[in-house]
This record gives sequence, C-alpha cells and structure tokens, in this order.
Amino acid sequence: MTTVLEPTNSFVTSFEKVDGHRAAWVNELRQRGMTAFCEAGFPTAKMEQWRDTNVSAIAQTHFVPAPTATGKAVLQLAKQYSFGDTAAAELVFINGHFDPHLSTTSALAKGIKVLSLEKAFETENVLLEKHLGKHARIEQHPFAALNTGFVHEGALVHIAKGAITEKPIHLLFLTIPGTEAAVSQPRVLVVAEENSESSIVETYAGTDGSVYYTNAVTEIIAERSARIDHNKLQQEGNMAYHTALMQVVLSERAAFVSHSTSIGSKLTRNDLAVFMGGEFAEATLNGLVLAKDEQHIDNHTFLQHEKANCPSHELYKHVLADKSSAVFNGKIYVQKDAQKTDAKQTTKSLLLTNEATMNSQPALEIYADDVKCTHGSTIGPVDPNAVFYLISRGLSVAQARHLMTYAFAADITRRIKVAPVRVRIEDFMTAQHGLPQDLRITDQARHDVAMQ
Amino acid sequence: MSLLEVKNLHAEVAGGGRKILKGVNLSIEKGEIHAIMGKNGSGKSTLCQVLAGREVYTVTEGEVLFNGKDLLEQAPEERAREGLFLGFQYPVEIPGVSTSYFLKAAVNETRKHHGLPELDAMQFLKLVKEKMDLLHMDKSFMNRAINEGFSGGEKKRNEVFQMAVVSPLLGLLDETDSGLDIDALKTVSHGVNAIHQSDKDKAILLVTHYQRLLNYIVPDKVHVMIDGRIVKSGGKELALELEERGYDWVENEIAATA
Repeated sequence: MTTVLEPTNSFVTSFEKVDGHRAAWVNELRQRGMTAFCEAGFPTAKMEQWRDTNVSAIAQTHFVPAPTATGKAVLQLAKQYSFGDTAAAELVFINGHFDPHLSTTSALAKGIKVLSLEKAFETENVLLEKHLGKHARIEQHPFAALNTGFVHEGALVHIAKGAITEKPIHLLFLTIPGTEAAVSQPRVLVVAEENSESSIVETYAGTDGSVYYTNAVTEIIAERSARIDHNKLQQEGNMAYHTALMQVVLSERAAFVSHSTSIGSKLTRNDLAVFMGGEFAEATLNGLVLAKDEQHIDNHTFLQHEKANCPSHELYKHVLADKSSAVFNGKIYVQKDAQKTDAKQTTKSLLLTNEATMNSQPALEIYADDVKCTHGSTIGPVDPNAVFYLISRGLSVAQARHLMTYAFAADITRRIKVAPVRVRIEDFMTAQHGLPQDLRITDQARHDVAMQ
Repeated sequence: MSLLEVKNLHAEVAGGGRKILKGVNLSIEKGEIHAIMGKNGSGKSTLCQVLAGREVYTVTEGEVLFNGKDLLEQAPEERAREGLFLGFQYPVEIPGVSTSYFLKAAVNETRKHHGLPELDAMQFLKLVKEKMDLLHMDKSFMNRAINEGFSGGEKKRNEVFQMAVVSPLLGLLDETDSGLDIDALKTVSHGVNAIHQSDKDKAILLVTHYQRLLNYIVPDKVHVMIDGRIVKSGGKELALELEERGYDWVENEIAATA
C-alpha cells in the first residue's frame, strides 16, 4: 500500500484502534475504504474536482472520534429539530451515535423498516452485504473512502415491494461538540424496492461555536418503478465542516427527487451522483444554498445517463450574503446508448453583496446523438429595476430587497413537500432576510384561499 | 397652490451623462387630467422617472413641489407614500410574490406614513374587492405573482389596478397605452376614468405619443414636449391638431418665433 498520508494522521491512528467487526465482509469493506483513502489522501486544489474548495483545514485538524453526549442540551437540540408526529419514523443520532430513546419507529407502515445500522448488521446482514459500499465510488471520492473505512453507525431504510409511506422518514444527525474537535461519519443505506413510494429526510445539524466535522455517505437504491422524495437539510453549526457523498442508483422507471438545502456549516462539500441505469428513469435535483458570513458551500452533482429515454431536471439556487462563497459544478454524462435523454440544468445565484462570490460550472459529456441537453447559469445582484418598482409603491428598500430575496428562494422552497423542512428554511429566511409571517408558504396558501 | 409644481427642471443621466430634461415647467391642479405628448426621446418618460425618484437620473437644476413639499428631497418610497404614483411603461415581473401581498404592504406602508393604523387581512380584502369591482378585474389577479406571465395588456391593467388600490393624489401613467390593442386600450382607459370619477380630487398625468388614448381619457390640458422642454400647452383640441399636423408643425412654429 502506497500511502500519501503521514502515519500520524489522526484518521489512520483512529482506524488502527477500531475494533474488528463480527462480519468479515464489513472488515474487508473498511479496509478497502481506508486503503482507497490513504492512496488518494486529502483532496488538494490541484485536483480538478477540488479546484475551488480548499479542505486543508480538515486535513490539518486533529479530529477524534466523536464521543456521545447526553443531557439537557442534547434534549433541547433534538426537540428543536424533531418532526414530531409528522414523521413516519425518526432515528436520532447524537454525535454520530444512535440514540434509541430519542428515536421512534412505531408509526411505520407495513413493509417499511428503519433501523440503526448497528441493529441492521444483526438482523439484515444479507441485504447490507448486497448493497452497503457497493454503490458509492470511493476511488473517486476520498472522503467517501474515509467514511467507508469507519463504517459502523448510521441507518438502514428498507421499503419493501409496493410499500408506501406518505409521511417522511426522518434521519436526524445532531452534533453537540465537546472540548476536542470531533468527527462523526454516518452511513445511510436506502433500498426502495419495486413500486414503492417513500419520503426520506436527512437532517444534519449542530450547535454553533465549536469545530467539528461530519463526513457522511448515503447510498440509495431505487428499484423498478420505485419513487423516492429525498430531502437533505444541512444546518450544521457555524464552525463545522461537512462533506458528503450521496450515490443514487435508479432502475427502470424509478423516479427520484432530491432537495438539497445547505444553510449551516463553515465549509460544506456535497457530492450528489445519480446513476440512471434503466430506461424511463427520472431524476429531479433541486438545491438551495443560503450562505452568509464567510461560509463556503460547494455542490457537485453528477447525472449519469446510462440508458435511453431518461429525463433529468436540475435547479440549484444560491443566495449569498456577506463574504460567503459557493460552488456549483453540474456534470451531465450521456452514454452512447442513452438516446432520447432529456437533461435540463439551471443554476441561479443571487449575490447580496460585492464580496460574495459564486463559481458555477456546467460540464456536459455527451456520447449519444439524439439527445436534448440544456444548461443555463445566471449570477447577479438583486435586480435594481424590480427594487425600484417595489419602492415606487411605497415599500422600503430593505423590504423590497427582502421580498426579492425571499421570492428567489421560494422558487425552490415551494417545491419541497415536507412541511417541517420548509418551515426550517423559512425560519432561517425570517431571521436572515426579514421574511414576514404572511409570506410563508403555508400562510400564503391560507391567504390565497381567503382571497378566493 | 398647485398639487404639482415643476419649475425649470433639468436632469441628466447619472454620472454626468446625457442631458435629457432642459428646463421643464409644469403645474397640475387637484382633479385635473393632463397629457404630455411628444416623440420618442423627447424626455417625457424621463420626466416621469425623475418625478418618481429613479436614481439613474440626476437633477442638476430646478425644483419640484408636490402637495406643498419639496419632492426632490424625498426618497422614492417617501414620494409614493406622499401620494405620487408611477404607472410603469414596462412593469417588472416578480415571480414568487403575489400581487395581494405586495399591495397590502404598499397600502400599509403608506398608512403608517400618515399615522393611520394598518389594514388587517379582512379590511384589505374589502378594499381590494371594491377596486376590483370598480375596474371589472378578475379576482385571480390577486393570487398571481406580480406581472408574471402577464400579457402586455394585463400588465397595464395591473398598473391601473394598483393605482386604484394605493389611491394616490397624482398618478403618472407612462405610455400606459403602448402595446395595447383597441380592446385593451378601452379597458385600461375605462379603469383610469373610473378611478378619476370615484374621487374628483385625483389628478392624472398621461404620457403618450399617440392621440388615440385621449379619445378615451379626455384631458383638461395637453402639453407638447420637444427636446427636454414643454414647448406648447393647450386644451384637449391641441391633441387633435397634433394628430393632424404632426410634431413638425410645433417644431417649425418654435423655430419661427425663436
């Protein structure tokens, strides 16, 4: 094994201390992950995919495996982010560790299993061995390789053939940092069988003021005609680092909708890769970035069209305040057999200050000849013509700018079906961008009805 | 005292750009309807924008009194709250914000400015229904995002509707007739007349380069603007004369007296 890492690297040290797993295949998987990570090392700006996001702060920090936490602060944070009875099931993880007392799975419909990974290793070993680590491409994603090296805790969501859950399944990963900079590496596996329908939410949140690191990997398998509505809400603490790979595999006629919302953290890198491996599969990727201060949020998406007749729609929007920065890199790959691909990618960015920066790059790689692929990107300040229009009716400049900012984001928010996710985004918009109560989507709907 | 008193107003494109207004004089009394006519580029739209406070223009000379107060000292939103309304030639589309929300905010900002209590949802709804009936508007208007996907005619109707709801002392209607077919023109004109008739104190300044609008909205006074100045004023018959003889006639007349 050639290693480009110092043997003293905290991750290598931690890896050597991890106890072996009961199942040999898990140990092999971990070893494969750690080997891949050691070979690649931490990404540097010399790597094409990492040109605009500097992760040296992660590489240079000595992270220890996050210890679990208990007490009032934990309960308070869990309560703050809980979906309550609007969730079909809620698994809560504190500093990466499953907390059975804060979790509930009692309202799950027949055919749906939501388990902590630890429990799943006991009862669902066959399913896990079939899928876990088989989809995430760790050779291309060093942080995913690192996560794989430590596969231990996380969640398994299994939606059996034809099962339906309208209420969301909520996976809540909370961090309450201690005195030492700690890392947690949650792992999620979702297997949605034929004709199933599900709504899944991953929330990553933590408290402000301390450095910590979350490095997540999610693998989602949607079998024939399965429909998945997925939300990821990233609201980490203001000094947190967050890296994540979500690898989605779609079979024939499967439909996958992703809403990725990034609000928190000091630095985030999301990789979202969708492998469209069956005809008439459909992918919708929506993203919303709401950044302020000196936050940096990087979204890399990869839509891999392998089979014919698959549509994909992608819309990412960024609202950048203060000195924040964001990256969007959207790759669309169309294999030569993927005729009649219809791929549409749009990214729009609103810069609220002169110091905010946006870096947007589409990357189209097309080998089929009968396809429709479009991409468009706009970056700009709040439209001064629109502001003048609004103030010429008596609104203040601040009101007008807030309204424009809110309307820009609401274009994404209103597509989110899971109300608690929308509420969290709107709470942030209220605090940061003066969103008035009666412009909230649910209130507005009520208001619109009253106007009939 | 006139409602609007414009004295020797000069303005240029901000940052020392082209001079557009070169000494405009105009006074409008309460309840009057005025029309300013002129060719493209004569400065009539700029006059509206300057009065509304658009910062892309800089006033270099002159003064404007509106309802007895110095207009040029006021920020655009203050001018609006004081009762000046600009109906845009090109209304802006704002997806994601419903007309009802926006108008409620506009009405309440104006009420706050005058020390009046804000309207609640029910009171606002009552006001809006009244104005919708007055203008024969479809109520779906209120729930649509501001001008989003509206036709040219719908946008202009929306401007007139907004004017009815915010109820200004003076409405400046900038080329409200441009881009309208005859039916839309009639509808929009009906709206303007309805607003004027519902409150005889309301004054309106129409800016247009076609006489045809004035067949439907009859002005008390007509002004001709050439090269940044009002060069001729008269009654409603002046519009007809302009239609017949063209702007060249006024230009020649001025050249002869110069």
